[in-house]
Amino acid sequence: MSTPLLQVKDLCTSFNVDSGEVRAVNGISFNLEKGKVLGIVGESGSGKSVTAYSIMRILVEPGRITGGQILFNGEDIVRYSKKQMREFRGKRVSIIFQDPMTSLNPVYTIGNQLREAILLHTDRNREQANARALEMLQLVGVNEPEKRLKQYPYELSGGMRQRVMIAMALACEPDILIADEPTTALDVTIQAQILELMQELQKKMGMAIIMITHDLGVIADMCDEIIVMYAGRICERGTADEIFYNPRHEYTKGLMRSIPRLDTNHARLIPIAGSPVDLTNMPKGCAFASRCDRCMKICLTELPEELDINDDHKAACWMNVKQVYDEAAAKKEAESK
Amino acid sequence: MTYNADKLPKKNLLSLQIDPRKFEWASDEEKAQHETMRESTTFFRDGMRKLRRNPLAVASLIVLVCLVLTIVIVPMFYPYSYEQMISVNGKRDKTAKNLAPFQYSKNEMKAIEDGAKIFPHIFGTDELCRDYFIRVLYGARVSLAVGLFASLIVLVIGLLYGSISGYFGGKVDMVMMRIVDIIYSLPDTLMVILLSVVLNQVLGTTLQGTVLAKVGTNMISLFVVFGVLYWVGMARLVRGQILSIKTNEYVLAARAMGAKPGRIIRRHILPNCMSVIFISVALQIPSAIFTESFLSFIGLGVQAPMPSLGSLANAARGGMQSYPYKMVFPAVIICLIVLSFNLLGDGLRDAFDPKLRR
Amino acid sequence: MLKYTVKRVLLAAVTVFIIAAITFFAMNAIPGGPFDKEKAPDPAVQAVLEARFNLDKPVAQQFIIYLGNLLHGDFGISLKTGREISQIIREKFAVSAKLGGMAAGFAILLGLILGSIAALCRNRWPDRVIIFLTTLFVSVPSFVLATILLLVFALTLKWVGVFSTTNPNYVLPVISLMLYPMSYITRLTKSSMLDVLGQDYIRTARAKGVREGFVIFKHALRNALIPVITYVGPMIAGILTGSMVIETVFTIGGLGTEFVRSINNQDYPMIMATTIFLAVLMVIATLISDLVYKLVDPKITFD
Repeated sequence: MSTPLLQVKDLCTSFNVDSGEVRAVNGISFNLEKGKVLGIVGESGSGKSVTAYSIMRILVEPGRITGGQILFNGEDIVRYSKKQMREFRGKRVSIIFQDPMTSLNPVYTIGNQLREAILLHTDRNREQANARALEMLQLVGVNEPEKRLKQYPYELSGGMRQRVMIAMALACEPDILIADEPTTALDVTIQAQILELMQELQKKMGMAIIMITHDLGVIADMCDEIIVMYAGRICERGTADEIFYNPRHEYTKGLMRSIPRLDTNHARLIPIAGSPVDLTNMPKGCAFASRCDRCMKICLTELPEELDINDDHKAACWMNVKQVYDEAAAKKEAESK
Repeated sequence: MTYNADKLPKKNLLSLQIDPRKFEWASDEEKAQHETMRESTTFFRDGMRKLRRNPLAVASLIVLVCLVLTIVIVPMFYPYSYEQMISVNGKRDKTAKNLAPFQYSKNEMKAIEDGAKIFPHIFGTDELCRDYFIRVLYGARVSLAVGLFASLIVLVIGLLYGSISGYFGGKVDMVMMRIVDIIYSLPDTLMVILLSVVLNQVLGTTLQGTVLAKVGTNMISLFVVFGVLYWVGMARLVRGQILSIKTNEYVLAARAMGAKPGRIIRRHILPNCMSVIFISVALQIPSAIFTESFLSFIGLGVQAPMPSLGSLANAARGGMQSYPYKMVFPAVIICLIVLSFNLLGDGLRDAFDPKLRR
Repeated sequence: MLKYTVKRVLLAAVTVFIIAAITFFAMNAIPGGPFDKEKAPDPAVQAVLEARFNLDKPVAQQFIIYLGNLLHGDFGISLKTGREISQIIREKFAVSAKLGGMAAGFAILLGLILGSIAALCRNRWPDRVIIFLTTLFVSVPSFVLATILLLVFALTLKWVGVFSTTNPNYVLPVISLMLYPMSYITRLTKSSMLDVLGQDYIRTARAKGVREGFVIFKHALRNALIPVITYVGPMIAGILTGSMVIETVFTIGGLGTEFVRSINNQDYPMIMATTIFLAVLMVIATLISDLVYKLVDPKITFD
């Protein structure tokens, strides 16, 4: 097997604040192959965005990577110099952010900001860069692209701005596009359009995508693999089908119950009770234990390891162990009879 | 599968040897104990905690408290008066002119030799043989009083005007705010000077013989000017706060339940913009003290013989080379007061301003 | 934009009118009137004044005449010197403008630089030193600061010459006049810069691979400047009034000194004329800074 495009190994990211060290990402590992789509799901504060920012190394003070490796084509970018990192960002990996309303600089025109990205990473001159900017705007489906180039961000709607952000991110044909909740701040109809656009562009340009969202429904038919994060750790991962139809972590099951579905007869949605753990003061054992309906004694004291459910599925939940144990016990009993 | 199965830990579930008792359901109590919740804090308590952590703000508060206690208590038993010449054995002591700190005059030396006990002149004396320490203390009293009183005027007028304008909105708001706009665009310092010049002349005769005469026409005109001009900033602030709070659901809820406007303003809106208003008042005080010292400088300050820190420092400019300490003492106290209020105001803002919270 | 400009210019015109009215009627309210016999230096001047200002007419009419004169650049005659006030202002303001202009320029330049440094070195020693010093500078009355500077650097250490008409040395006056606005701009720039650096578009720029220097100077500074522009108007006003103090301390014969002198001499026409002149300058400065603010900030819709 060849080396994956991106390997994240035991990544830890912390923020040192007044009340202590916030461990936003707590030892996560995953791989991303060329041209695949990886979804990262979790509620607010689960460390999804921090993972993305860690890969881009655009964490804001006081955040820093405290451990682990991020290998891009086998090279550890955590050890990259500032200069290497500048060439990496935007060229190799680009990112689009959650809120398109604030992610564009208000005092520069769309054209200026698109051109900046192109000039930074390619040999194009100003005119060629302009042409490329125009081409990109057409590609992402912005109407009247010539006019848009001369406009300021405040003159565009949210959906248009997000398209501009996508154009900017893809202008230098990166190998990986990280989409940090790209549709959260948009209207539902626009959300669908943007997702469709991203899928289309992925097919056209063939980049790998890391799709970060708190909305499982958004990524269902888009992702090759899904990672479910909770409190800075990965609690379950697998193919989209496995995660959707065979969730094996109590948290994922909770997430599933909390999204509206047409194919079942659930009268109402069931929210997950409680609120996320205090990341400055992580409890022993499973972080989800206190909110879990099927919490066992072991969950309170010992951290569950990621275990294989099958070839396409891993989960870190003691319930799986109990299930196997119970089955084994039942088998034994049957045998003894 | 997209992830490489070889590189990730793979374990056979059955290989684990685990105590079956651990797989019993956990009780709710156990679950509750498990999670150490972050202690919940109120907005106020959280702000106070932040304020206490800010050493500059705490130091400023201590300095201000000490200063206020000193200027209130010390003059009660201090043996000299701020407006009269020093006298030795009941006789005016004309030799006590411009004494250096802790220096005694010739007459006093004689008296001491005769066995009398004379309280030292901590800051020396001025050119009219008055004890300088007590004058500086009185000056600080006057300056602080000016600052506090002026801020109070600004607070009251600005609060009333701003809350009425902000609460009622619409045409009322528009008319009231146009008035504010115009007053706001008047150059305040120039207007202060102009009104002080005029009020000095106008009030000078009418006030004679009343209690207010002692305060001095300049002081009164200063307050009048603050009441007329400086409240607009506060009014704008309060209005802006109210406009933003007014749209909140809880205010809407209160109104839906039939609460009267006055009650809504008092119970729901004011408590929520208090922090911003207090910060603004804390920062208004040093600005009033500055204005007073500026007016003292151009000859429109407090009435002699009453001292203010500004007028003392200004009077000392002439003899700056021979008696630098006469400038230094009041100047240091002004700086201390203004600096403390500024730092305290900044500290309060950092701790309480909702805009800065995340 | 045009509508906004017209609106602001009209407001400014109204303000100037109100200032003129307040000044005129306030001065008229002084018992005995501003051109009272006792205060006139000699009967000759008084005769000229009475003829000139139509003192026999009602106050309202006098005001209209006064306004008309103002529009022609006629500010009246100084009671103290008997000279044309417009001439005094022209002559003295040249000195003040030079002093104020230098102070304003240095205040903006140094304030922006220091403020940016403080924001970028947040919570490290350069930030702490800059913020400590600027907090100190805004806490000392300018005349105290000016006197101390004069005493230490000119009279004791003799590093710089004392200002005199034959040898005009502007170093100390400019520094004394500049420190307050400079400190204010520094603090303003710092907080505005910190605010901007936390914005999403800065993250976008970093994520594009823009080098840190460009992130700050291209993306952050231009946005951070916007709030500073609004301070330029008040700063000019502050410098004009601050100039009264500084000119008096350093005995520079500018308009500030003249104004303070006219207050002490109760030279009412002079007070009136100078007040209106300075007020108009301040209103214009505020007007310009507001218009520039609208121009550089594309976020604001022009209503």
